[in-house]
Amino acid sequence: MSNIPADLKYASTHEWVRDEGDGTFTIGITEHAQDLLGDMVFVELPEVGDKVSVGDDVAVAESVKAASDIYAPISGEVIAINEDLEDAPENVNNDPYGDGWLFRIKAEDSGELGNLLDADAYEASIDED
Amino acid sequence: MGSRTPLYDAHVEAGAKMVDFHGWDMPLNYGSQIEEHHAVRRSCGMFDVSHMTIVDVAGQQAQAFLRYLLVNDVAKLKTEGKAQYTSMLNEQGGVIDDLIVYHFSDTSYRLVVNSATRERDLGWIEKVAADFDVTINERDDMAMIAVQGPESEAKLNAVLSSEDFATIEGMKPFLGKQVGDLFIATTGYTGEKGYEIIVPAEQVNDLWKQLIAADVAPCGLGARDTLRLEAGMNLYGQDMDETVTPLESNMGWSVAFEPIDRDFIGRQALEQQKQAGHHKLVGLVMEDKGVLRHGLKVIVDGGEGVITSGTFSPSLGFSIAMARVPANVGDTAQVEMRKKQVTVKVVKPAFVRNGQSVL
Repeated sequence: MSNIPADLKYASTHEWVRDEGDGTFTIGITEHAQDLLGDMVFVELPEVGDKVSVGDDVAVAESVKAASDIYAPISGEVIAINEDLEDAPENVNNDPYGDGWLFRIKAEDSGELGNLLDADAYEASIDED
Repeated sequence: MGSRTPLYDAHVEAGAKMVDFHGWDMPLNYGSQIEEHHAVRRSCGMFDVSHMTIVDVAGQQAQAFLRYLLVNDVAKLKTEGKAQYTSMLNEQGGVIDDLIVYHFSDTSYRLVVNSATRERDLGWIEKVAADFDVTINERDDMAMIAVQGPESEAKLNAVLSSEDFATIEGMKPFLGKQVGDLFIATTGYTGEKGYEIIVPAEQVNDLWKQLIAADVAPCGLGARDTLRLEAGMNLYGQDMDETVTPLESNMGWSVAFEPIDRDFIGRQALEQQKQAGHHKLVGLVMEDKGVLRHGLKVIVDGGEGVITSGTFSPSLGFSIAMARVPANVGDTAQVEMRKKQVTVKVVKPAFVRNGQSVL
């Protein structure tokens, strides 16, 4: 059974979003997603300052098995990226909700969060796969 | 549900992620395939390869039969237990399968062939054997474990009785020996020292447990693929199949054209192709970010080719691949990947041996 923390929001494309409470949001991929991809070998991140819109392919998670696009779950400006992943992409496998975070966005419209899934809805969506 | 090896429950118990592999439920990994890969390069890992097909060939004409069936010449094998890499071809020179043949005597041999091609291989062997005084005996009573890595010998020392270990201690590469109920061979698919051990199916779980207790890391198909690709070893169905010949698959070294009076199936086609020229299988190295993948198009000076196998090399830290390209390929090639063209180096298809880069 996959770990799906109840305090996060989710996109159906397997990104998670954590509200940092200050108008910024941290984004990563779910435990289920990293399990599907297998050992991560490269993570290509956006650049700090990039303006992104919901659904843009902004990052790539490349595992031994496949390269997978990561989509912006909310619109805004990228204000931080997880540079540790350059040398330790395995953090995405080992700690997808912690050290394996990908980037942080300053939201344009936090109302967009309402379009994301809660943990139960995300769980239901992956059970359908 | 697919076929299961006798070790299926042991894999599940060890937390393996099981996947379908040509009709067999096999472990992909037991957590991290990269850690399993490093275990084999740095210490010792083991693979359940019980899905592979073992075929014993015996009879007055066993040698004559295999000299006709196989591209390499089994008459070169003089020592008891000596192994040889070879393949069997169709009349057009296409590779039906690659395999290892062990020589016990001129009237007794053992073949180890791929699982993916089991039915077709057995059908072909039986068909060709009909004209020879030989018996073909598939050994589905046997299971097989590959123990691979620099510490393999020490691990076997820990598991075997001192008497049994003495019979294989210091055994040279590409030899097999019957040790009690076990057939132990210094062969493998990783580019490391190691053993492939054929064991009666009912004993394989005990052997597996003893190896686990000796700290041998169980490894899955994921690590097996990155290890064999780093070692420059072909995977049947991916790097070669019935539509290409050994000459186009970096297997020309295993084709014995001498003596010229030995006829073997596919010989004529290979001789013609040798005259006419043919594509070849090369290695590719990409030190930029990204991973070369099976099926990607390769553009070279002489035309176009295709990546047959590609992966991230855990030992090297960048991507490597095998590609079939026109023979006059230069030192670099272009690969089309994810919206861009990337320049890659063209090398001999061997990347890592005995834990070290050979680039």
